[in-house]
Amino acid sequence: MLKIKNLNVSVEGKTILKGLNLEVNEGEVHAIMGPNGSGKSTLASVIAGRDYFTVEKGEVTYMGKNLLEIPPEVRAKEGIFLGFQYPIEIPGVSMTNFMRTAINEKRKHLGLKPLTGADFLKLIEEKKKLVKIESKLTNRSVNEGFSGGEKKKNEIFQMALLEPKLSVLDETDSGLDIDALKVVANGVNTLKRKDNATILITHYQRLLDFIIPDFVHVLYDGQIVKSGGKELALELEEKGYNWIKQEVQAE
Amino acid sequence: MPENIKTSKKQEVFKNTMEELFEKKYDPIMENSSPVIQNLRQKAFEIFKQNGFPDKKTENWRFTDLDPLYRDDYTIDLETKFQKTDVNKIFTCDVYDLDTYCVTLINGWFAYKNSPLTQLKDGTVIGSLFKAMEVYPEIVEKHLGSIAKLSEPGFVPLNTIFMQDGLFIYVPDDVKVEKPVQVINIVDSENPVFLQPRNLIIAGKNSKITLIHCDHTLTHNISFTNTVSEVIVQENAYVDHYKVQNKGRNSSLITSLFFKQEKDSRLLNNAITLNGKFTRNQVDLSITGENCHADLNGLYLVDSNQHVDNQVFVDHMAPNSLSNQLYKGILDDQASGVFSGKVLVRRDSQKTQAYQNNKNLLLTDEAKVNTQPFLEIYADDVKCSHGATVGQLDPNAMFYLRSRGLCELTARQLLMFAFADEIVNKISIEPLRDNISKLVEKRLRGELSICDQCILNCSSREPRFIQNFMD
Repeated sequence: MLKIKNLNVSVEGKTILKGLNLEVNEGEVHAIMGPNGSGKSTLASVIAGRDYFTVEKGEVTYMGKNLLEIPPEVRAKEGIFLGFQYPIEIPGVSMTNFMRTAINEKRKHLGLKPLTGADFLKLIEEKKKLVKIESKLTNRSVNEGFSGGEKKKNEIFQMALLEPKLSVLDETDSGLDIDALKVVANGVNTLKRKDNATILITHYQRLLDFIIPDFVHVLYDGQIVKSGGKELALELEEKGYNWIKQEVQAE
Repeated sequence: MPENIKTSKKQEVFKNTMEELFEKKYDPIMENSSPVIQNLRQKAFEIFKQNGFPDKKTENWRFTDLDPLYRDDYTIDLETKFQKTDVNKIFTCDVYDLDTYCVTLINGWFAYKNSPLTQLKDGTVIGSLFKAMEVYPEIVEKHLGSIAKLSEPGFVPLNTIFMQDGLFIYVPDDVKVEKPVQVINIVDSENPVFLQPRNLIIAGKNSKITLIHCDHTLTHNISFTNTVSEVIVQENAYVDHYKVQNKGRNSSLITSLFFKQEKDSRLLNNAITLNGKFTRNQVDLSITGENCHADLNGLYLVDSNQHVDNQVFVDHMAPNSLSNQLYKGILDDQASGVFSGKVLVRRDSQKTQAYQNNKNLLLTDEAKVNTQPFLEIYADDVKCSHGATVGQLDPNAMFYLRSRGLCELTARQLLMFAFADEIVNKISIEPLRDNISKLVEKRLRGELSICDQCILNCSSREPRFIQNFMD
């Protein structure tokens, strides 16, 4: 589904990703862990299509297409979803209008008829139940005045509505209390299918108590320096990132 | 800088033309006026002769170029032409769900089918100011010119010299006018025309009235309208006032709107400018009694080389009152804007709350705005704040919307609409709010230039903003 080869990315002249390789297939959950500043969020941004960085080298293909040439809205319509680390507050734009527009833009892209108002409301109710999210979030302006937990839950709700093929969740667990964390994790687990995939970007092992990854990668200084199964996360939790740093420096 | 910046040649010529016109037409103008009004005109004339027009040195006029307004080919009607007109023949207003008492001014003259003054069952009088001077001289003479400041350079004195007709509304004490009054100012002229309508609105004690002023042009011909309105809000009265401007691209408009609030009164003013080559809205509010509440809101959406200038002055002359200004603007292409908001809190006006805020979105590098929020406070126990922002669409919000599949154009329109919606939402009459909301949407999609019919005539009932929005 997603293939990243030797990706080198710089921001304002500073190289952040230095030859990153990653392959994600349908049905897989990947966790990318690493200390602050290792390039985790930059990777998420590259996949979603932010434009503040420069790709120096390497390639990213998604479903066989060169992802880097595709504008962000088309990526979204082709099934890529970014769960934001800091979801943006947009006063005056109602959540329902936003989501209905998004869903229908996607349907148009796929050659489907737009959803009627009634069908859309039905879908909203259905997805709310599925990801166990209270109704009040949808009656408000996008993220406006939401608590940190509500914002993250709202990301999962949007993910449920848009039914992406590839979800990249950027530090979705940061700043959540245990209850909110469970809601988020339940959402991700419920939405998991054989034909979709998830990349969890996280600093802590805690989220991985609730979402069991198939692969864990350690991103350090712009490269994936270690990959393994879910045990790797536990090892990291125990030994800390210094262990990785020492290993890398020893090479 | 030289000691004396010379006023422009065009301005001088125009000033002379106006003075000569008054002298030439002195008899017919004065003939129709009572001695009190004659005195008022004469006083205005002396002041105008002395002070002339504002120039680039005049505070509050520094960012606005008036030269294009000073033309030598204007037609000026000092005799009514439209007194008896079946307005429906040239114009129909089709506002969905908005039930109003609708009246029309054509080229500044009150248009009527049967009578120039109508008295509603509740005693409210709506009609022609020209006629009211004759029928209700004691009311008109008491209030006309009572709050319009002749000290304002140029346009207020000029209007006072030549004022002929305009809207007159008198709401007796304790009367709540059931339906909003809608006033449609139509400019319809083949030749370049200079108009000076004068409006006088008196809301008696404990009364309530909603007033919607729509300014628009039927043709793309050149026009310059210099309106002065005086709105007197007496004790415990409630006035909800809207000004919607959607003028042609050759229309220039200077509006000086004076409000006086007496104690316990409530005022809501919304100035919505959607189009117009040159628009200047001056709002001057004097709060003369305690426990008043005033909300002054404005929204301006301009593009191409349009210029919009909003001037707000609030004078807190009494304690314990609240005023709140919120003006927002979106400027595209090479459009330019000015916001100048001044609040004066006098020494004895303790416990005053005064807030002002001006927010602007500039969509291009060439669009510009000059904003000056300004507080002048002489009391020591007050709550006041002011702020101004000038910015672009938030790139983070843009990316957020795009990352969910909205194309760049849709995302931009959605954010602009959301920006404007804060003001639209403050409109208290639901059908009017819906209509204006649709107008703003159309305007932001670039579909609204100038309606052939009423400003609020959106009878096409188009699908909302983006076709797949909620109904």
